[in-house]
Amino acid sequence: MSQQGYVAAPPYSQAQPGIGGYQGGFGAPPAQPLYGHYGGPPQGFNAPPAAGMMKSPPTSPAAMPPPPVSSQYNPSVQQNGAHPQRYASPSAASPPYGQPSHSVYNSMASPAPPTQQLANQMSAMNLGSYGKSHPPPPTSSAAQQHFQTPAPAMGQPQMHSAPAPHMASQNQMSPPQSPLTNMPASGQLMGGQSMTGPPMGAGPPMGGQSMTGPPMAGMNRPFPGPPPSGQGAFQQHGTGPTAPSGYPQQSGQFGGLMSGPQPGMPGAFPGSPGGLAGPPQKKLDPDSIPSTTQVIEDDKARLGGQVFSTNIRGQVPPLVTTDFTVQDQGNASPRFIRCTTYSLPCTAELAKQCQVPLASIIKPFAKLPKNETPLYVVNHGETGPIRCNRCKAYMCPYMQFIDGGRRYQCSFCNCVNEVPVFYFQHLDHMGRRVDFYERPELSLGSYEFVATLDYCKNNKPPNPPAYIFMIDVSYTNIKSGLVKLVCDELKTLLEKLPREDGAEASAIKVGFVTYNKVLHFYNVKSALAQPQMMVVSDIAEMFVPLLDGFLVNYQDSRAVIYNLLDQIPDMFADTNESETVFAPVIQAGVEAFKAAECSGKLFIFHSSMPTAEAPGKLKNRDDKKLVNTDKEKTLFQPQKGVYEQLSKDCVAQGCCVDLFLFPSQYLDLASMADVPSHTGGSVYKYNNFQVATDGEHFLRDLRKDLQKSLGFDAVMRVRTSTGFRATDFFGAIYMNNTTDVEMAAVDCDKAVTVEFKHDDALSEELGAFMQCALLYTTISGQRRLRIHNLSLNCTSQLSEMYKCCETDSLINFFAKSAYRAILNQPVKNVRDILVNQTAHMLACYRKNCASPSAASQLILPDSMKVFPVYMNSLMKTAPLVGSTELSTDDRAHQRLSVMAMGVEDSQLQLYPRLIPLHDVDASGEAVPAPVRCSEERLSDSGLFLLENGHAIFLWLGQASPPDLIQSLFNVPSLAHLQQEHMFTLPELDNPLSKKVRGIISELLEKRPNSMKLQIVRQRDKPEMLFRQLLVEDKGLHGGASYMDFLCYVHREIRQLLT
Amino acid sequence: MSTYQEFIQQNEDRDGVRFSWNLWPSSRLEATRLVVPVSCLFTPLKERPNLPPVQYEPVMCSRANCKAVLNPLCQVDFKAKIWACNFCFQRNPFPPSYAGISEVNQPAELMPQFSTIEYIVQHGPSAPLIFLYVVDTCLEEEDLQALKESLQMSLSLLPPNALVGLITFGRMVQVHELTCEGIAKSYVFRGTKDLSSKQIQEMLGLTKPAAPGQQGRPVAPQEAAASCRFLQPVHRVDMNLTDLLGELQRDPWPVPQGKRPLRSTGVALSVAVGLLEGAFPNTGARVMLFIGGPPTQGPGMVVGDELKTPIRSWHDIQKDNARHLKKATKYYEALANRSAVNGHSVDIYACALDQTGLLEMKCLSNLTGGHIVMGDSFNTSLFKQTFQRVFSKDYNGDFRMAFGGNLEVKTSRELKVCGAIGPCVSLHSKGPSVSENEMGIGGTNQWKLCSLDPSTTLGVYFEVVNQHNAPVPQGGRGAIQFVTQYQHSNTQRRIRVTTIARNWADAQSQIQHIESSFDQEAAAVLMARLGVFRAESEEGPDVLRWLDRQLIRLCQKFGQFNKDDPTSFRLSESLSLYPQFMFHLRRSPFLQVFNNSPDESSYYRHHFVRQDLTQSLIMIQPILYSYSFHGPPEPVLLDSSSILPDRILLMDTFFQLVIYHGETIAQWRKAGYQEMPEYENFKQLLQAPLDDAQEILQTRFPMPRYIDTEHGGSQARFLLSKVNPSQTHNNLYAWGQETGAPILTDDVSLQVFMDHLKKLAVSSSA
Repeated sequence: MSQQGYVAAPPYSQAQPGIGGYQGGFGAPPAQPLYGHYGGPPQGFNAPPAAGMMKSPPTSPAAMPPPPVSSQYNPSVQQNGAHPQRYASPSAASPPYGQPSHSVYNSMASPAPPTQQLANQMSAMNLGSYGKSHPPPPTSSAAQQHFQTPAPAMGQPQMHSAPAPHMASQNQMSPPQSPLTNMPASGQLMGGQSMTGPPMGAGPPMGGQSMTGPPMAGMNRPFPGPPPSGQGAFQQHGTGPTAPSGYPQQSGQFGGLMSGPQPGMPGAFPGSPGGLAGPPQKKLDPDSIPSTTQVIEDDKARLGGQVFSTNIRGQVPPLVTTDFTVQDQGNASPRFIRCTTYSLPCTAELAKQCQVPLASIIKPFAKLPKNETPLYVVNHGETGPIRCNRCKAYMCPYMQFIDGGRRYQCSFCNCVNEVPVFYFQHLDHMGRRVDFYERPELSLGSYEFVATLDYCKNNKPPNPPAYIFMIDVSYTNIKSGLVKLVCDELKTLLEKLPREDGAEASAIKVGFVTYNKVLHFYNVKSALAQPQMMVVSDIAEMFVPLLDGFLVNYQDSRAVIYNLLDQIPDMFADTNESETVFAPVIQAGVEAFKAAECSGKLFIFHSSMPTAEAPGKLKNRDDKKLVNTDKEKTLFQPQKGVYEQLSKDCVAQGCCVDLFLFPSQYLDLASMADVPSHTGGSVYKYNNFQVATDGEHFLRDLRKDLQKSLGFDAVMRVRTSTGFRATDFFGAIYMNNTTDVEMAAVDCDKAVTVEFKHDDALSEELGAFMQCALLYTTISGQRRLRIHNLSLNCTSQLSEMYKCCETDSLINFFAKSAYRAILNQPVKNVRDILVNQTAHMLACYRKNCASPSAASQLILPDSMKVFPVYMNSLMKTAPLVGSTELSTDDRAHQRLSVMAMGVEDSQLQLYPRLIPLHDVDASGEAVPAPVRCSEERLSDSGLFLLENGHAIFLWLGQASPPDLIQSLFNVPSLAHLQQEHMFTLPELDNPLSKKVRGIISELLEKRPNSMKLQIVRQRDKPEMLFRQLLVEDKGLHGGASYMDFLCYVHREIRQLLT
Repeated sequence: MSTYQEFIQQNEDRDGVRFSWNLWPSSRLEATRLVVPVSCLFTPLKERPNLPPVQYEPVMCSRANCKAVLNPLCQVDFKAKIWACNFCFQRNPFPPSYAGISEVNQPAELMPQFSTIEYIVQHGPSAPLIFLYVVDTCLEEEDLQALKESLQMSLSLLPPNALVGLITFGRMVQVHELTCEGIAKSYVFRGTKDLSSKQIQEMLGLTKPAAPGQQGRPVAPQEAAASCRFLQPVHRVDMNLTDLLGELQRDPWPVPQGKRPLRSTGVALSVAVGLLEGAFPNTGARVMLFIGGPPTQGPGMVVGDELKTPIRSWHDIQKDNARHLKKATKYYEALANRSAVNGHSVDIYACALDQTGLLEMKCLSNLTGGHIVMGDSFNTSLFKQTFQRVFSKDYNGDFRMAFGGNLEVKTSRELKVCGAIGPCVSLHSKGPSVSENEMGIGGTNQWKLCSLDPSTTLGVYFEVVNQHNAPVPQGGRGAIQFVTQYQHSNTQRRIRVTTIARNWADAQSQIQHIESSFDQEAAAVLMARLGVFRAESEEGPDVLRWLDRQLIRLCQKFGQFNKDDPTSFRLSESLSLYPQFMFHLRRSPFLQVFNNSPDESSYYRHHFVRQDLTQSLIMIQPILYSYSFHGPPEPVLLDSSSILPDRILLMDTFFQLVIYHGETIAQWRKAGYQEMPEYENFKQLLQAPLDDAQEILQTRFPMPRYIDTEHGGSQARFLLSKVNPSQTHNNLYAWGQETGAPILTDDVSLQVFMDHLKKLAVSSSA
C-alpha cells in the first residue's frame, strides 16, 4: 500500500464510514456497489506485490498439512461455534461436511491438495477432530512440513513427537471434544469452536460444523434459540452442501451478532432483511476468535529456546515474541531483517492479485543476545571490500565462483567479475571456495567490512562522533526541576557513554549548550579552572562561537564538566524567561559538528513551543475542528521551510537529534519532531512533567537512549537480485534520491521498512536475494560497511506465498504506510483502505487457496490468523482514530514513533501484554502467561499488568484481596491508596512484592523505551488510559471491537468473492 | 615687552595659543594677500600648574547668539554693576553673586593674567570614566601574553570607580560579562555579520522597556552602570577581569596553511560602539582596540584571508586596485561618526610587522580623538611603555586625558571662523562668526573633541572679513574666545575659557610690523596641517604644488629682491626659516608616500595633526644633535655634512630616535675601548646620547622607535633619509671627501630647492 496507492484509491468513504462507522456502512445497502471495485481489479491500490511469508508452521494445524492452511471463519459462526473446519482437500471437502467434525480430519489427512484450509478459529475444532481421526496423517503432514522447513530444529520435531495432540499445539486438539471449556483455554477460540464442540456431532454442513445449529445455542448462552430469521441470508451464501438445518442457526447467530452491538449491521446483509436486526444477542464468545496470545504461546512452545539456523532459503523465522537463538549460516538473522513473506510471488500479476505487501523490515543495528556471535569485521586493506563491477553489490555468500575460482558471477545482476588476485582461491569439488569457512563474507549472512578512505567524507577518516546536550533553561524547565535533574544525572551518565568493545573509555566527545531565547555554549576545556559560558544571541543566523573546548573528552574534562553541571541550575534559578527558540538550537548543533568535522547526536531537553522571534518559530495551529475532515492531515504535517532545510543539513552532517519534550500544552510536535524523525532520532514526551512522578521514568529513557549502541552518518542501500527492487522506504530516515537511505544515526532500535515491487518475473528455482549495505561511522570514529544478506523463495503458488507470510511484519508495514498516508489524505480514507486491503488479502486467499467451502465461512490463512486483530488495533491507534479527545501532539508523536519501529515494537504496541498477577506464583521464576487484551479478561478481584512498550499499568480490581494490596503497597486496602502510591510500588520485603517488582523491572529493562508505571484502580478515572490499550474491545475514542471487525471483514470478503 | 619671540612664548605658555600672525591685517583683501591665513594653533588643555580652576560657573553674555564669557577684555562698569560683551557689545548686568564687585575686588576672570581661566561646573551628573578594551586574539602566543600582561597592568592604573569592559575577537566577537561568579560568561557575535546598534543592544540584553525619548541626554549614568553587566567599576571586577585576561586564549579556530587568521575587527568595533551607544550615550568613554593584524572578514574587511593576496599598497590604491578600501573606509567612518556623536573615543593599538588596516580605520581615532599606536609587536617596550603612558598622570594625580570635549570659538565682528584641523568633528553649529570659506573642518564654530589630552592641539583658521573701506579704528583689537567644555578625568565637568586679542594693523602702512609679527614656526605647522588635510583627499603632487605655490607667493610678498635677480633675494629674520621648514615638509612622510605603507602614512598624519607646535616642528624637521670629543653636544644641521666619522649623532624625528655612531666611533666601539678603564671618556661619550635619548623617551607619546646604529649599518637609513642630501653621489667630488657622507639619492638638496625658490620668487612672470 504505497502512498500512491492511497491517493489513487477510490473514495470508499461514502460507502463505508470507516470502522467507527460500521453501522452506517452496514446499514447502507448501497455499500455493495462500492465495494464492487474492490472485488474487481485492485488497481486502485497499487497493491504491492504480496510477499508471501510463511510462518514456520507454528500453528500445528497449519503444520500438519503440507499445504498452506487456511482457517475458515464462519462469520455467523462467531457464536456458533460452528466452525467447521475443513481441511479439506477439495475432494475431501465434501465428506467432511457430511460428517461431523470427523470428516474434517479426514480431509486433513489427505494431504493431497496443497492448499489446506484451517478454520483458524475453528482450528480448535479441527484439531480436536484431528486427534481422532487422523492419527496416521499427522506423520505425513510432518513430512510435508519437512519439505517446507527443512531446517531440522524447527517445529518439526515437535510435530512428530506428538502427532495428533500437538497439532493441536493449539491445544485444542486433544481435548477437542470437550467443547467449550477447552476451547477457551486453548485459545483457539473462535467463539465458534466452543460452539462447535458440541455441535460437531451435529453434522455441520457449512463451513462447517459451526452450522450445527443446535449446539450453538448451548454454547453461548446468549443465543438460546437460533433466531431463524437470518436463515435466508445465509443460505444464499451457503454453498450447496451445507445442510439446511444449519443455516438457520447461523443466520440467527449472525443476526444476533450484528444486531447486538451494532444495530445497523443486519441491514447490510442483503439476504436478511429487517429480521436480523431484532434479536439482541449480546455477546459472542470471545474465545472463539483467533487469539494472539495463543498464537504467541504456541510459537513459544514450539520454537522457544531453540536454535534457528539461517542456512535455508526462504525460511520463516519464529515470531518476534519467541526467544530463540540464531545461528548465522548464510542469511541475515531475523533480528536484522524480517519480511512480510518469505516466498515472493513469481510475477507481478500474482502479487497484485493477492495484494499482500512485499516488504522487509530492516533493523541494521539490532542488538544481539549475548549467546550470538557479534558480526565479524572483514578487512580487505587498501583495496576495500570486493564488489561487483556492475551493480556494486558486495561480496557475499550468494556470489557464484566459476572458472576454477578465477571469476565470480554476481547473483544480483548476473555480471561476471574477475576475482582480484589477492582474493583468489581454488574451488573444491562442490564448486565452493576452499576458504569458504574462513571468510565471513562467503559464509555468513551478516558481517562488516572496514571501509577505506573512498567511503569517507572528503576522503578523510572521520573523527569520533560527539554528543551535545542542549538544555532548555526557560522558566518552565527550571521550575519543574528538570534542569537540575538532567544536570545531576549527566554527571554519572556520562561515564557510561557507549564505547567500542574492549575500549577503555568512550571516544565520544561531549558538549553542552543551554538555551532559552538565546543560546549559551560552554567551554569546558580541561585546562580551564572553571567553565566559560558563551552566549549567542544571533539566533537568526546561528553559529558556534568556539571550537576548542566545546566538544571535549569527558574523562579529561570531568572536573570542569562537574563544575558546569553544578552551576547550570543555579545560574538560571532566577530566570523568568519563558520564550524559547528551537530551530536555531538544532542549527547550532549542526554547525558545531560541521566545525569539528564529526558526526554526532544532539540531546535536546525542551519544554515549550518555540515562540521567540527566530527561524522556526511556531504558532499554535492545533485546531480540533479539523479532526475528521479533509484537512486533518495538516495536523500531522510539519511546518515547511526551516525544518525541512534543517533536516537536510542535519543529515548531510550526520547530526542525529533526540528530542525530550516536557510540554504542558500543545507545542506543535509534528513540526518539532520533524528533524528527529528524519535523522534517526527519537522523540520522548513527558506531559506535565513533574520530577516526583515522571523523573525516574524520564531518566530511564535518557539512560537507555544515551547508552544505545549506534552508528553515525549512515547511508543504506538495499540491492536485490533481478526481477524485483526496493521502491519505498519508511523510517526515521532521509531520502535524497530514490535509492540511498540516509540516516544521521541509526541505533539498535531503529528499523527501516522497505517495500519491494516486481520488475520482472522471478524464478522459483533461483529464488530472490537482497543485500542491505549500510555505510556508517562507528562510535569510535571508524568507517565501516555493515552487510546483511537474505535469500527468499519465489513461488507461483499463492498458497505457498500465504503460508510464508508473517503477520507481525505485515502489520509493521501496514502501520508505517498508513501513518505516512495520513499526511496526504483524510484519516478516514486511510482506514477504509486498510480494511479493504485486509479483506482483499483474505478474500484472495479464500478464493485461490482455500478449498471450496461455504461462503459464510471465514477462512483465514494460518499465517494471518490474527492479522485482523492487529489491523483493527492499528485502526484504533490515536493517529488513525480521529477523535477530538486525543491531543494532537500525542497523535503526531505516536505516528512518528511508529515510523521508526521494528517488528518487535510494533507488535507490542498494537497488541499489548496483559499479564494477570493475582495468582502469580510468587516463588517461581515464570512470568504468568499474558491473556487477551479485553475487558472480559479482567476480574474484579484481579491484579493485572498491562504494557505496550510505552506505558505500563498495574490494574487493581475493585475487589482485590486486601492481602495482595497489603503485600504490594503496605496499606490495608484499596481505599487507603493515596496519590503518591500511583506511580511506584514501594519496596517491600515479601515474595509477592518482590515478584511483581521483578516482573516490572524486567520489562522496563527489556523494552527499548522506559515506560511510566501507572497504578490504576478499577473504575478510577485514570482507568481510561488503561482501557484504551485493551485492543480487542471497542475503542474508547471510536473503533470497533475485534469481534465486530472480524464480522465486518468477513462480510467484505464475501462481497469480494461474489 | 620686548621681542615678538618673547611675546609669542609668553602667549603660548599662558594660553596655549600660537598665531601665524600676531598683528592682524585689518582688511579682508590684505589678509588674503598675506598668503598665510590668520590662524592659530590652540592647545585647549595646555597644562597650567599655576592655574587653579575656580569653583563657580562662568558669567555669560545674555545675547542668545553670543553667550561669550566674561573676560578681562570686557569693559566693566563697577558702579552700575554692568559689563559690556567685547564680542557683541551687549551690556549685561552682573549676576547677584557679583554684588560685591569693585575695582579693587575683581573676580578672577577680569584679571589680565586670567586670559585663560577654568571653571568647574557644579551641577549635572558626573559620569565615571569608561574604558572598553577590544582585544584581538589572533596573535602569536608571545604577543598575546605580553598584551595580556599590559592589560592586567593597566587595571591597576585605573581609578577604582572607572568602568571597564572587555571585548575579545578573532573569528568571533565575544563581549565578556564581568560580574559573574563561578563561570565566565560572554556574549558571542558572528564576525561576518553587520549588526545595527539596536540589534546589538538587543542581543546583549541591554534594551529595557526604558522610557524612550530620553535621547540626547545622558540617562542617569549611575543607573545605566548598574544595568550594564559588561561595564563594571574596576574595584568590583578587578579580580575577575584579571583572571579573565589571564585565561584569554589565542583564537582557537584553525588557520590553514597560506591563510591569514580570520579577524573580525569590524564587527568587534561595531559591537563596542553599539554597546557604549546603548549603555552610556553622551558620556566620555574610551574604546581601546588592540590589533595584531588586518581585519580579514566581515564588514570592515581590509584584506581577504588568502596570504597570496597582499594587503593594499599605495601602488594598489593609486591604481584603484584595492578592492576593500572604499567599503571598509566607509564602514569605519560610519562607526567613527556614531562614536563621535556619543562622545566616545577609539584608540587603536596596532602591533604587527605587516599593515593592519590603519588606513581604513584611522578615522576612528582621528574623528574621536583617540590614539593610534603602531608597533611591531605587543612584546616590545615600545608598545608596553606607550600603553603605560596613556594612563600617565599630571601633577594633581589626575589622568592626562579628558573626555567629551566641546570647543566653541567666538570671534569679534571683523573675524570669522573658517575651520579647524585636529582630532575633532564638526558640531555643525552655524553662527554669525562662521565663515563660508572652509578650511579644514569648517562650517561651524563648535567642534567635538571626544577625547583630548594636554598636548592635543588644533589648528584653527580664521578669515578677516572687515572690508577694506571700513577701516578698524586706530588701536582697535580683534578678539577671539575659545570656550572648551570637557569632562575632566576626575569626572568633573569643566569649562576652560581662553580669550585673546591682537591688534589690527593696516597692511599697507604697517607691513613691516605685520611681517615682524609673523610666527614662522606656527605658520609652518599651520600650513603643513592644511597640506596634510588636503593630502587626505587629493593627489600627492597636487598638494605639493599647492604648497610650493603658497611658499613662492609668500616669498614674493615678503622677500626683498630685484626683479629677475635671484641672487638679490633676501628674507627677513622672521621668515628666514620658513622655506627650510617647507623643504623638509615636502620630503616628510606626511606628504610623501614613497617608501611608506598606507598604514604608516595614516599613522604619521594622525599624529601630525594633533601634536603641539614643538612636536610638530620636530616632525617636520627632525632635530639632530652631535656628540664628539671636540666639545659639548650641539645641535647641528640636518644635513649630510653633519655625518662625520668621529661623531655620534642623535636624531629625533618624533617617531624615531636614531643614535648614529660615525665610522671611527663605531670602530672604536667594536674594538671595545669603552670597556677599558683608560678610555673612560669614550665610554662617557657613548653614554651621553643614550642618556639624552632616554630623556626624550620619557616624555614622548607615543614612544618613538629607538634605533641604535652606526656607519654602514642597515638602520642608518633612518638618518640618511632625513638629512638634507647636500652631498650625493652626483656632487660628491665637487664637495670634496673630507666632510660629511654622501647620500645616494636623486632628491634635491636644500640648496637646490632654495635656488629654485629664489628664481621663481623673483621671476616677474610668476
